[in-house]
Amino acid sequence: MSYRIIVLAKQVPDTKAISSKAMNPDGTLNRSALPAIFNPEDLHALEAGLQLRERYGGIVTVITMGPPSAAEVLRESLYRGADEVILLTDRYFAGSDTLATSYILSRAISKTGHYDIILCGRQAIDGNTAQVGPQVAEKLGLPQITSVEEIVQIDSVKISAWKMVERGKELLEVPLPAVLTVVDTAGKPRPPSAKKIMRFKKAQAPGEATPEEAQALKDRGLLIREWNAEQIGADLSRCGVQGSPTKVQKIKKVVLKAKDIKQYAATDESLSQLLQELIQEHTFD
Amino acid sequence: MKTDGEVWVYIQRQGQEIAEASLEIFSKGKDLAKQLAVPVAAVVLGDEVQQVAETMSRYGAHKVYLLQAPQFEQYTTLPQARAITRLVKQYQPAIFLLAATPQGRDLAPRLASALGVGLTADCTDLRIGTYADPKTKQKHANLLLQIRPAWGGNLIATIVNPETRPQMATVREGIMRLPEQQNSGTAEIITIQSGVSSEDLLPRIIGQRITERRVNLKQAKIIVSGGAGVGTKEKFHLIHQLARVLGAEVGATRAAVDAGFIDHDHQVGQTGTTVRPKLYIACGISGTIQHLAGMEESGKILAINTDAEAPIFSVAHYGIVGDLQDVIPALIRLYKAQRP
Repeated sequence: MSYRIIVLAKQVPDTKAISSKAMNPDGTLNRSALPAIFNPEDLHALEAGLQLRERYGGIVTVITMGPPSAAEVLRESLYRGADEVILLTDRYFAGSDTLATSYILSRAISKTGHYDIILCGRQAIDGNTAQVGPQVAEKLGLPQITSVEEIVQIDSVKISAWKMVERGKELLEVPLPAVLTVVDTAGKPRPPSAKKIMRFKKAQAPGEATPEEAQALKDRGLLIREWNAEQIGADLSRCGVQGSPTKVQKIKKVVLKAKDIKQYAATDESLSQLLQELIQEHTFD
Repeated sequence: MKTDGEVWVYIQRQGQEIAEASLEIFSKGKDLAKQLAVPVAAVVLGDEVQQVAETMSRYGAHKVYLLQAPQFEQYTTLPQARAITRLVKQYQPAIFLLAATPQGRDLAPRLASALGVGLTADCTDLRIGTYADPKTKQKHANLLLQIRPAWGGNLIATIVNPETRPQMATVREGIMRLPEQQNSGTAEIITIQSGVSSEDLLPRIIGQRITERRVNLKQAKIIVSGGAGVGTKEKFHLIHQLARVLGAEVGATRAAVDAGFIDHDHQVGQTGTTVRPKLYIACGISGTIQHLAGMEESGKILAINTDAEAPIFSVAHYGIVGDLQDVIPALIRLYKAQRP
């Protein structure tokens, strides 16, 4: 048995790198201080896919949607052992909310033909919505297991996995094909392989290269496959801004305002004063 | 478009016990419905859960949609998603809210995708307001304003769904107030006959490991929390010691959890628990925006940090610039002396 495993990955700004250093003096975020990275939980999804391939045999295909520069996560997938990668890029995809994104991804997944398991991270660190996985599952009419901590086993008709729930864990079994979203406790992602970096570091998407370069890359098997809206048969009214029912009414920067802070020195006298004040306000009652 | 639809709240439950997160959202849903002058309804699924419906009536529901079937007793995605999708199509509510719990986040996107409507995850506030479409200049009144942090909490976005109904959102736990229960209720309980078809796609629960939550951060009156600045797991004992003396719970930042100082159950912040204790003592916490999002509504915040410039001081009421190794033992000693 050989499984077709599809991994959905997203390139995101590294919001976790936000520290006081990435903050402007007015308390807002300095976006340029944030690098674009492989969404962490998607990296765990890729690892889960690679482990399934090692255990059961199969092909791992990574799909990402984004501008041509998002091909970076596809290169990183190749460095870690993905068999195929596909970039979904089209100006009509820009501004997609989760509903439009899941529509586009589900069209692309359908175009790949046969698939058994679709894996993605539970959520992306830029939006933290955790919506795209279940929305893709719904569009494809597939069962889902969200917040997977561990895939237990697969056979030709079903998959079982431990998922995180409110009060602990649940072991679920669903028929294949199925969509699984994984959390970051699911297997530590392997580092890129030096050999594969050498082999794939020149791989590029057509949008990243000139037509001549693209042809040369194609001859060397280093041209990343790219699909646009037409190629996946997407209805343009369901893509991008047009296909997104959610609209942003307003964006407000979070500005930390200094409160009237009372400073106490680290001396016994001063700390006693602080405790007295807290006691008088019944804070400890 | 129908503008007088109801406000619905999905009620998450375990047996007859209603999840607190659902009650919190229900109280918000009640306020929104009042503003819109429409009924607020609870959506209850389970096997024999008439009692849950009656409880929601006492909490002030005008209507309860009650869907009973053995397949609904334990939550699994597909049977519930399909039944609720049919229900929404039939009754066309204006607003549909769910808790941003693991279960709510499993179910809500499935519904939104099936219904082809917008969904905003993890809202921290909901209001009713107006949206003017920047292109068509068309004004949409009485819309649900869905307010949520974006970009890792560095931005607060207000999202609207002007064209699609219901307007769907999941709401973060621990943000809204709990509603008050009355002695009696007057809800119209609407029993829906909902056969579950395509059994073949039923996910089967074949095992469960329930870990009792040992940490109750949400209910804690005082929380002593440690960050990466604590330094080592050994030094994190200081946090436990202070918590024990004060009768407090122990909290932590994501960095402290990632460093292995303490386990994830203790994490406060955007990816952990949102807390609102009377007193929050932040020890060695620089104050990333993600952490602040989870604790800044605490009654009083005391920050202890060696770095006087740390952002935590911008939300703190009391600040001590100093080394935890000196400050915490001194606080313990002085507290014991003053509160024997």
